[in-house]
Amino acid sequence: MNLAEKILAAHAGKERVSPGEFISARVDVVLANDITAPIAIREFWKLGLEKVFDPKKIVLVPDHFVPNKDIQSAEQAKILREFARAQGVNFFECGQMGIEHVILHEKGLVMPGDLVIGADSHTCTYGALGAFATGMGSTDVASAMATGDIWMKVPPTIKFVYKGKLPKHVGGKDLILYTIGKIGVDGALYAAMEFGGEVIDKLSMEGRFTMANMAIEAGAKAGLFYADKKAVAYAKGRGKRQPVVFEPDADAKYEAVHEYDVSGMEPQVALPHLPSNVKPVSQVGRVYIDQVVIGSCTNGRFEDLQVAANILNKKKVNSNVRCIIIPGSQQVYMDALRSGYIEVFIEAGCAVSTPTCGPCLGGHMGILATGEKCLATTNRNFIGRMGSPKSEVYLAGPAVAAASAIAGKIVSPGDLAT
Amino acid sequence: MLKGRVHKYGANVDTDAIIPARYLNVSDPYELARHCMEDIDLDFVKKAKPGDIIVATTNFGCGSSREHAPIAIKASGVSAVIAGSFARIFFRNAINIGLPLLESPEAVEAADAGDELEIDLDSGTINNLTKGKTFRASAYPVFMSGIIRAGGLIEYTRERLKNISAGAAKTTKDA
Repeated sequence: MNLAEKILAAHAGKERVSPGEFISARVDVVLANDITAPIAIREFWKLGLEKVFDPKKIVLVPDHFVPNKDIQSAEQAKILREFARAQGVNFFECGQMGIEHVILHEKGLVMPGDLVIGADSHTCTYGALGAFATGMGSTDVASAMATGDIWMKVPPTIKFVYKGKLPKHVGGKDLILYTIGKIGVDGALYAAMEFGGEVIDKLSMEGRFTMANMAIEAGAKAGLFYADKKAVAYAKGRGKRQPVVFEPDADAKYEAVHEYDVSGMEPQVALPHLPSNVKPVSQVGRVYIDQVVIGSCTNGRFEDLQVAANILNKKKVNSNVRCIIIPGSQQVYMDALRSGYIEVFIEAGCAVSTPTCGPCLGGHMGILATGEKCLATTNRNFIGRMGSPKSEVYLAGPAVAAASAIAGKIVSPGDLAT
Repeated sequence: MLKGRVHKYGANVDTDAIIPARYLNVSDPYELARHCMEDIDLDFVKKAKPGDIIVATTNFGCGSSREHAPIAIKASGVSAVIAGSFARIFFRNAINIGLPLLESPEAVEAADAGDELEIDLDSGTINNLTKGKTFRASAYPVFMSGIIRAGGLIEYTRERLKNISAGAAKTTKDA
């Protein structure tokens, strides 16, 4: 069996599972946010139960419209807060929190070998830890909060092997954008993506979280990594539970195997309006930008801010650009502060915000006007994603984003005059 | 039997297009329906009539897990969505809330905006009355039919919970 099959079989109490099979699986973590939890809670009450199956396994994070931007979003967050207090589930209040897919592993709530479901499509992020993690809707979460299990169809797995050596300024974001560019936004529809190879072995946990995070942008159900020593050490240092490491069998079956040699790879950019519309940065052409956003559940971790700070150090953001930097969690914010990066950002002329998903989904804190262009380290560039349906979003990693903020147009860090 | 006129769209209609995130600070179905498809088709809300059918090519509903997307479509009066393929989470969400989805690339290819369709969900038959052609959609897996028959996942779960507690009561009695 491959990695996805092993984890799912263990949670379904079966010796073996095969693609296409329907299973009922035990869940270790159930997640929802301030957009999806209000509906989940409403549906949960319809079941006529008083208590959730296990409050320790449920996590509610208000992160999309917080700090609340208006009365309606405040009402939504209030529903979570009151439910969390009454049920005793994990809840992370504004000021002690972060973006859900940055804090769940940071706080040790997800461990290798877990089965995680979340009412947010980027729940697949935890695949970086060797967990089977997948996005679902509010009603699925309501049912899982009640029963502690979930029905699932075992997906086929597509394997991605990265060979060679990553060039300078190329990271996890570039690898996943390149991959989505090759296979398309439905290239892994209904499948699990399993990432491996010598490049992945050397990749940081941050880089792996970024890659797993965007598996959904290829239509995948999950993006999985084998939990090697690095992943186990990361999890053990944070969590209270023991990691369970599943390893794909030598004769594991895959629907397809793709191999990429990345030694000559340039930083990648996804052009409007699909994450698969990817080009190497040198072929993007002259694109002047109005805004840069560095943050989100894709690239709001410490390493991302470190990459950006190293490029923005003693430089100024172009006078035509608004550069918004959003640490993904209070911990990331504190670490960046202590490392001097926040000072670097403010001296360069960036706006630095408390953690929020705000601009990534056109919620608040960086909405685009008609005709404006933004280069963001976020995960989607659909029409109207960050504001006006007549605005444009380009996606890239933090290195290209920081360099472009300085240049006022999309460039590679290597193109900046030193 | 469902009957309505076609609203036709292309590939990769994403959840931001179905219901933009700026309206997700509420979850009332009729409030959401007021902005359904807004960013790719400003006229949809004005044009949509009860029973109408959305027809799209491939990967319909890609993107976010927001259940607000199928909820907005259902509350707009749309009776079903037919596509060549659906994004995974959207498919699951639609089944869970009782919005019928049918997969039939052939029916999609033959349909033009404004065509009148008739759908028999039991047999998965799509009848294009305007074109005089009949198509068959892929059948739902047996497991999923159970959820559909129950009237959605919450009803299905409620039945399961009832059976579990009945089972537990029986065991206690037996002991």
